Amino acid sequence: MKPFTRLESRLVPLAIDNVDTDQIIPARFLKTISKDGLGSQLFCDWRYDAQGQPKPDFILNQPRARGAEILLAGDNFGCGSSREHAPWALTQFGFRAVISTSFADIFRQNSLKNSLLPVVVPREIHAELFALPQEATVAIDLASETLALADGRKVAFPIDPFAKHCLLNGIDELGYIRQQEDAIAAFEARCGSAVNTLG
Amino acid sequence: MPSTIIDKVWGAHVVSEQPGAPALLYIDMHLVHEVTSPQAFDGLRARGLVVRRPEHTFATADHSVPTTDRTLPIVDPIAAKQVAQLEANCREFGIPCHSMASQLQGIVHIIGPELGLTQPGMTLVCGDSHTATHGAFGALAFGIGTSEVEQVLATQCLLQKKSKSYRVEVTGQLHLGVTAKDIILALIAKIGTGGGTGCIFEYCGPAIRALSMEERMTICNMSIEAGARAGMIAPDDTTYEYMYGRQFAPQGEAWDRALQRWRRLPSDEGAVYDKQVSINAAELEPMVTFGTSPGMGIPISGVVPDPAGMTDPMERESIAKALRYMNLEPGKPLAGHAIDVVFIGSCTNGRISDLRAAASVLKGRHVAPGLRVLVVPGSHDAKRQAEAEGLDAIFREAGAEWREPGCSMCLAMNGDQLEPGQYGVATSNRNFEGRQGKGGRTILASPLTAAASAVTGVVTDPRRFA
Repeated sequence: MKPFTRLESRLVPLAIDNVDTDQIIPARFLKTISKDGLGSQLFCDWRYDAQGQPKPDFILNQPRARGAEILLAGDNFGCGSSREHAPWALTQFGFRAVISTSFADIFRQNSLKNSLLPVVVPREIHAELFALPQEATVAIDLASETLALADGRKVAFPIDPFAKHCLLNGIDELGYIRQQEDAIAAFEARCGSAVNTLG
Repeated sequence: MPSTIIDKVWGAHVVSEQPGAPALLYIDMHLVHEVTSPQAFDGLRARGLVVRRPEHTFATADHSVPTTDRTLPIVDPIAAKQVAQLEANCREFGIPCHSMASQLQGIVHIIGPELGLTQPGMTLVCGDSHTATHGAFGALAFGIGTSEVEQVLATQCLLQKKSKSYRVEVTGQLHLGVTAKDIILALIAKIGTGGGTGCIFEYCGPAIRALSMEERMTICNMSIEAGARAGMIAPDDTTYEYMYGRQFAPQGEAWDRALQRWRRLPSDEGAVYDKQVSINAAELEPMVTFGTSPGMGIPISGVVPDPAGMTDPMERESIAKALRYMNLEPGKPLAGHAIDVVFIGSCTNGRISDLRAAASVLKGRHVAPGLRVLVVPGSHDAKRQAEAEGLDAIFREAGAEWREPGCSMCLAMNGDQLEPGQYGVATSNRNFEGRQGKGGRTILASPLTAAASAVTGVVTDPRRFA
């Protein structure tokens, strides 16, 4: 996994609550057996018209989205399906962080495993970010768990300490779990081969 | 200290707890399907790993498979490749796989319980958010992403932070024509699609106890639509009667021992929950959704809400956007609105009891002229049982399509889909924009409501046919 330390970028605002993973990447693109090629399909049905042409009024098609690495999203972003294709599509488009007031659980977990940082901010800050001029940038510093606004104010955001450690150092969870082989084997020996380990 | 069922199942599966890291949780059963697994198997190959417990892993093909004649090859070359890849991966890694040609094939969340793979007190995961379904047996079951699929394949474990507990009490008794689907749609409408985020639901109360296992599965299935990764119901005699004698359920003495363990699972008297909510089943009507999120639901006698009256600007815009997409007018009832398609099926409502409910309305009646009605059993078992009872004939004679098992039009990956602008009443779980086909407009409802609407060609209160 690619480490995440610091990121300064303009914001791409998407002022819609409850954006589900079917919007982020529609199910018809999930027939792929690869992780690649999903960036061009990100928000496909909002982004392109019936002829496949980019819709000029959709934010990802506007000049301000070019090169921007932070998506500013509405509440409960990423709800719905467990498809990891959602963070794959977002990162392949170029996003490295999403700021919102809350994230759906599975999407948040999937994002953390793909170096896509979910940043939760309070409601007032969230509203303030939406009101920023389009050229304004914000800076995310993972080590200090802060988001620096253009005027120099710093806003703390919560991050699970283990997820933070993995992101800062580019640690892959599977490698970490495999280091606990002895504990896993001991658990299996203790609980026998029954499918149901309870009791 | 009194414990909840969540505490008990969680506690029995913690492999280790290292300082500064989430708990390492052991997974008893891993269900695998074609859509979220290929990249995980690639990961195993890249790292030179094997599947740790292939006998605790079970695969089927459900999302991408056609629901037409199974003796024909899959027409869509990309879908065909995905299904073939699942079969090849399962062969390579020694995982039991019930793909297209198997008589055990079906929607992963339908066949797990039918085969007795789903058992009380176990941890069960699948790369699919509707894994919450299996919580109906008192299992801790939740959906995971593909990276986690790879972790479970390789280690049978996941790093997890324990979720908050959320007690969902359903009191009272359902009226005739009101179903489990209406309970869960009412809950989601009440607490919102993010209401359960960070939580595991425990459904309890007399209305839950009165439900059959299949009805309980419908409720747990849609926990994720309220944001909860899992939803559990304590096992009871209804659970054990359903499970007894199923293929992978414990047999003989093992059954007796299992029963003793399972009877200790229900939450203790006085157990404390982080959150709670109560719903009175007696106050519920059949529910229908008007918008593009499962929380946008109303009783069938109600009217489409008016965003103009909403104070939160983001909520106002979300509802307004949904109504534009659905092309519905605020203040008008949804009942009586013309529809184009009815879909009866999915992991929410594709079980034998759902097919029986739909058939009870369609028996001796005909679907409205010009309407397309798809009936898609969730598994071969449900299909065989329905055919043995003559339900297929009822559907066919009514003018509905009787199809092969799969996810089908729930997420429209396999070619079963709404056309742009069409209205569909669906017994599935999501009414997101384009979920059932680009531009398609979904109205979620129970099998009874879907069947009643099939007869009239407009959104219809099933109590008319009771």
